[in-house]
Amino acid sequence: MSSDIDTSIEDHADVVTADSSAAIDLALEGTPRTETPLPSKPARGPSRSLKRFVPSWQSLLAPIAGIGIFLLLWAAIAPQIDTSLGALPGPADVLSAGRGLYDEWQGTREARAQFYEAQDQRNALLVEAGRGSEVQDFEFTGSPTFIDQVWTSLQTVGLGFLIGTVIAIPLGLMSGLSKTFKAAINPLVQIMKPISPLAWLPIVTIVISATITSDDPILPRSFIISALVVSLCSLWTTLINTSVGAASVDKDLLNVGKVLRLNKRQQLTKLILPSALPYIFTGMRLALGVGWMVLIAAEMLAQNPGLGKFVWDEFQNGSSESLSRIMFAVVVIGLIGFALDRLMATLEKFVSRNRVA
Amino acid sequence: MQNNEVSRRQAIVTLASLSAGGLALAACGSSDSGDGASDGTSAPAASGDVEAAPALLGGPVEKPSLTLGFIKLTDMAPLAIAKEKGYFAEEGLNVTLEAQANWKVLLDGVIDGQLDGAHMLAGQPLAATIGYGTEAELITPLSMDLNGNAITVSNQVWDIIEPDLPKGDDGLPIHPISASVLRPVIEQFAAAGDQFNMGMVFPVSTHNYELRYWLAAGGISPGFYSSGDATGVIEAEVPLSVTPPPQMPSTMEAGTIDGYCVGEPWNQAAVQKKIGVPIITDDQIWRLNPEKVFGLRKDFAETNPETTSAIVRAMIKAQQWLDADDGANRQEAVEILALPNYVGADVEVIAASMTGQFTFEPGDTRAAPDFNIFFREYAGYPFYSDAIWYLTQMRRWGQIDADQTDDWYKEIAAEVYRTDLYMAAAQQLVDAGVIPADSVPETDGFKAPQDGFIDDLVFDGTQPNAYLEQFEIGLKTGQTVTAAGVQG
Repeated sequence: MSSDIDTSIEDHADVVTADSSAAIDLALEGTPRTETPLPSKPARGPSRSLKRFVPSWQSLLAPIAGIGIFLLLWAAIAPQIDTSLGALPGPADVLSAGRGLYDEWQGTREARAQFYEAQDQRNALLVEAGRGSEVQDFEFTGSPTFIDQVWTSLQTVGLGFLIGTVIAIPLGLMSGLSKTFKAAINPLVQIMKPISPLAWLPIVTIVISATITSDDPILPRSFIISALVVSLCSLWTTLINTSVGAASVDKDLLNVGKVLRLNKRQQLTKLILPSALPYIFTGMRLALGVGWMVLIAAEMLAQNPGLGKFVWDEFQNGSSESLSRIMFAVVVIGLIGFALDRLMATLEKFVSRNRVA
Repeated sequence: MQNNEVSRRQAIVTLASLSAGGLALAACGSSDSGDGASDGTSAPAASGDVEAAPALLGGPVEKPSLTLGFIKLTDMAPLAIAKEKGYFAEEGLNVTLEAQANWKVLLDGVIDGQLDGAHMLAGQPLAATIGYGTEAELITPLSMDLNGNAITVSNQVWDIIEPDLPKGDDGLPIHPISASVLRPVIEQFAAAGDQFNMGMVFPVSTHNYELRYWLAAGGISPGFYSSGDATGVIEAEVPLSVTPPPQMPSTMEAGTIDGYCVGEPWNQAAVQKKIGVPIITDDQIWRLNPEKVFGLRKDFAETNPETTSAIVRAMIKAQQWLDADDGANRQEAVEILALPNYVGADVEVIAASMTGQFTFEPGDTRAAPDFNIFFREYAGYPFYSDAIWYLTQMRRWGQIDADQTDDWYKEIAAEVYRTDLYMAAAQQLVDAGVIPADSVPETDGFKAPQDGFIDDLVFDGTQPNAYLEQFEIGLKTGQTVTAAGVQG
């Protein structure tokens, strides 16, 4: 019995961050995990009802004040730091870099529309002149805009995350339910967990280049390589959390299952999965966070046309605008990471909505 | 900043419509008018006038949609111009130009097939064919440019050597500066317990061989490679390390290297940011030296002969445009290259080397009309003797670890440098009146013995082994390199 506790403590060490992040969320949001119905009428008179509409110090004003102070500090300190590419950009430079990127996107959109229009016109004329076989069907070859790159990054992290989850959840369930299986894979998991994406990259690149030999694959090789590196780095969190979740199913529930003589499949779907789901989702949420970080590094070298490549290309440009554009990309990367995290947190809450404990 | 953004957007739209127009023209196929006056700047043909377009010079292209790779250096210009000025489109090609992270990624991309071809270092197809590094059968149907590199040293080094340099009447250092001026610097560093080292971009890069040539000509050993050691620092007085071009200025600023040999815009970038001083250009080391090539896989060229030919024709036209009228188009070229998806550096930095001058120090700007040559002096023709020079330098420093016969050098050169592909494409352009007949050399592939070297040695491409014997520093016949040093 004590050995069970020991191993579960050891596992919980990895899960501690999940729980503490959940705790932070709790504190920030101020809403309890369990749903209790709000009173339909205020307990006191009009003064309390007015107070409800005034934003509380915690929920709105403190974050705004925090961000505002950070911006002021940034704007004050940045011009003091002089690099070989000019002074570090302040918030105003970053904003104008964003505007520049938006203009480029608009320009490319116009150019793309013109290209297809001209091609369509030309094709119509050819068909009219009886030369239908010479009709062209080219794709516009402008370089990807910032928005395209953001979209590519999102797709890549989505695919990588999906692959990682599909591998991690069954493995995690098995290792949670079977002590032997867990003992077997635990050393492998612990060794592979800390491996950085840049160490995986050459191996994955070589394997994919050898495996996908067609000249025109469905998905570009760089896309698959980046997605695989993301999954390799992020699946460990999901695996460990799933394992803990499966192992933490309440023994009473399992006993009830035995009494009811549920078969294995029913045990899995009715008892274990619902019980473990919050842990699984915590793991997935962390994995997505790790995956998004890893993706940017992987893209820089795998040449996947996403945000990582944008940052690296701008660094190679070394122009006077490069730092601002890189900084803008950094801000966008952070905002997207935040949005993804929020998305997963909402899903997590939705999934745990009926839990009492 | 606003003007930059607006004009950048206009540039994208205008240039894209040019390429669209060019593609439309190319779709017109055959016609009777054989004048082929394609200058690439014409607007899309008037509606309804499908017949009046110039003839496609070759047969139908097997693979019209191509992805070509490049590194962000100014001598990728022929690729950018061929796309932006509609030359690729005229030949029926729909080309995507993709910047690569570094030379290794670019080489792997071509070998794997992710890229159909690329802007390459002259040594890369040669090294791949002889099996140094990843082995693959790569060929070069076109040389992209001559010259274009420089060696820059840090301010610290310049401050040590500058007072002792012989000055001209204008008070500026007399060029070319021999590497022997570095000898006191090396000793000073050694006395302080530091190592004087320099950077270059890739083990088989033109920069590596030019830097080594310059150092050796000044009596300094740059180190040797052995079959087990690809770092090339055996017996080196000045060890050389590999640094990607964009990181060179910051690496030099950080003190990790004390100088580097690289292409533009990284030398002018150092000048502009006042972190270094270019000491010599590669034109001063070897007059009219061959620089980048266009490389692609041999099987791609065999499966897609018309496509290859179309690529070469489009790039020759682009090269001609770049050198037209004594550099009249260079300013426009600079503005195209300054777009963030091409070289991306500031316009002033690129213009500082590409518009006929080169700045060594603030206040020391000299005329350099030959700093980049794209079309003149038969710059596009892939001479066998150029390939053989690079092979001799590979042997000189131990990358080729055993002696080879003269015939071996000539065979490799003929296998990789495809003069037949260049001549076929160039001849079509001459016949169509696009390029003048005298821009195409009448040659057996070997240049006459060249003597424009900084150490006054003469290079005869037909006798590589005899050439190797002339060097004071470098492997001779019968010598090999082990971890213990040069043997034999």
